[in-house]
Amino acid sequence: MTTSVLTPEEIIKKGKVVFKKTKLINDVPLSYCPGCGHGVAHRILMEVVEEMGIWEDTIGVAPVGCSVLAYDFMNIDMQQAAHGRAPAVATGIKRVYPEKYVFTYQGDGDLAAIGTAETIHACNRGENIVIIFINNGIYGMTGGQMAPTTLEGMRSSTSPYGRMVQTMGYPIKITEMVAMLPGVAYATRQAVHEAKYVRKAKNAIKKAFENQRDKKGTSIIEIVSNCNSGWKLSPVEANKWLDENMLDYFPLGDIKK
Amino acid sequence: MKEAILMKGNEAMAEAAIRAGADAYFGYPITPQSEVIEYLMHEEPQKRTGMVVLQAESELAAINMVYGAGACGKRVMTSSSSPGISLKSEGISYMAGSEIPCLIVNVMRGGPGLGTIQPGQSDYFQATKGGGHGDYRLIVLAPSTVQEMADFVDLSFKLAFKYRNPAMILSDGAIGQMMEKVYLPEQKERLSNEKIIELYGDWATTGKTANRERNIITSLDLKPERQEIHNIHLQEKYKMIEENETRYEEIRCEDAEYIMVAFGTSARLCQKVIQLGREKGLKLGLLRPITLWPFPKKPITDYAEKVKGFLSVEMNAGQMVEDILLAVEGKAPVEHYGRMGGMIASPSEILQALEEKLISNN
Ligand SMILES: Cc1ncc(C[n+]2csc(CCOP(=O)(O)OP(=O)(O)O)c2C)c(N)n1
Ligand code: SF4
Repeated sequence: MTTSVLTPEEIIKKGKVVFKKTKLINDVPLSYCPGCGHGVAHRILMEVVEEMGIWEDTIGVAPVGCSVLAYDFMNIDMQQAAHGRAPAVATGIKRVYPEKYVFTYQGDGDLAAIGTAETIHACNRGENIVIIFINNGIYGMTGGQMAPTTLEGMRSSTSPYGRMVQTMGYPIKITEMVAMLPGVAYATRQAVHEAKYVRKAKNAIKKAFENQRDKKGTSIIEIVSNCNSGWKLSPVEANKWLDENMLDYFPLGDIKK
Repeated sequence: MKEAILMKGNEAMAEAAIRAGADAYFGYPITPQSEVIEYLMHEEPQKRTGMVVLQAESELAAINMVYGAGACGKRVMTSSSSPGISLKSEGISYMAGSEIPCLIVNVMRGGPGLGTIQPGQSDYFQATKGGGHGDYRLIVLAPSTVQEMADFVDLSFKLAFKYRNPAMILSDGAIGQMMEKVYLPEQKERLSNEKIIELYGDWATTGKTANRERNIITSLDLKPERQEIHNIHLQEKYKMIEENETRYEEIRCEDAEYIMVAFGTSARLCQKVIQLGREKGLKLGLLRPITLWPFPKKPITDYAEKVKGFLSVEMNAGQMVEDILLAVEGKAPVEHYGRMGGMIASPSEILQALEEKLISNN
């Protein structure tokens, strides 16, 4: 009896390449839960940087949150910032390197709770940076506590009976808030849980970097995303829940352009 | 020949920063050091040297701007006074962990809490023993003249970059506010990126070019084995700083029977105490730590064999005295005299305390 062992080249059928991973995402296992929106958001962000040919001039700021290790995944120079301080760190970078491209990548706890002041004032100064804001309505990294964006009645480990707005406040729409500031050139809310949304989100990120190139001021891209682990749902259920609950309160589209 | 001019400590430091070729200053106003940012804004160093000056929305933001710009390999500084340094402590800990060189100036006032706007030295523990969380050290320089306020700026940057570590100038409201004769340093050029890399290595986030690996600035490592290796590296670096960078000044210690140990404003007072004491036949000397960390332990240990006692003179309830006790190793009496809450002792009062605590009790 003869056994034939196939080589990898034989297994992978030659064909037309329709999709390629950007070289700016490293070949390392992502630390995200399967189905999490962080991975897609990383990919389109790095695709934009690659397509614009600006990776040698781009410096990213990773936050504290699930994406704290973003610098392991993105193949560019990066800094890790303290919880909430990414817009101040980005300000420091941009002020000494006005010709470089600088972005922050932040969760809702990072950007809209502990870092609210840094967010508002960086936007108010019109810092010429890109802010990528992942709104998943919960604290993912620390195990599913209530976030400033947690919906009314939504359960989390620190709102086990649902968020009661009378005592816990209302889910904050910070992108609308900063859109009011003259320093903000572009504020938009996008999503990445379906292909049609991913394309739009990528276009928005591209526009934000073009704004930075053209020195227009702050661009903030909110991405309404899932957190299946924190929401205690399967990846598929989480995307459905997002569609049915999050998008009513956080409607997609440009808020300021 | 250089010309002496009359200047406030805070302003001399600000001018020295421009002349040291600093790339950026980020700050938030607080008495008694607001003159630093006021002077810089007035001078428009952006036009003189290209130096960036920005008023942040808080000390939290200011220190994190320093983090971002410092991690780009630039010479960056901030200044504040005690309550502001408490807010900055988070960022300082992050910078120590990520090994970002920078200069932080604390023009101390009396605490705790909002305390007073008058001078104090009650942040000695905060500056030398941590302040923020984690095992880290700052290189801490204590000026006692307006001249040193100016001179220590360039020195701090040099030390900070040599060791990739934050440096602090620990001054106080008296030295920040007083006017004194000062010789300002010559204007230095700001360093180009190429020069920074040549001098200090290619570690900063300058944009990843094809010829090198990514540069990542972080204090995080989720693997305890690797985080411990990083911590050991930091401790080895601190040891090297202790061995190489301890600085102090001795005044009339050679024949002294009693040595006062004091820094900053207190050290100025003690010079007068020496004179008053010697007029009465008391052989007094002063050992003035210039670096509070690394602390000049060795000379104090050496003098402990020879003298009849040490008096730590501080504007606090007794902080540096703990380091003196450690250095003396029980070989001589060690006492502390301090005023608090913004009060400044008079030389005769210090002399009286020295006589009571170290002489009449024996
Ligand atoms: C000063 C400080 N406070 C609290 C924490 C703990 N912590 C880490 S991540 C996090 C919340 C992150 O949530 P979010 O920004 O929404 O990001 P996600 O993990 O959901 O992506 C908190 C509270 C911290 N690291 N530092
Ligand atoms: S915890 Fe939530 S946000 Fe974090 S990786 Fe998992 S799914 Fe994503």
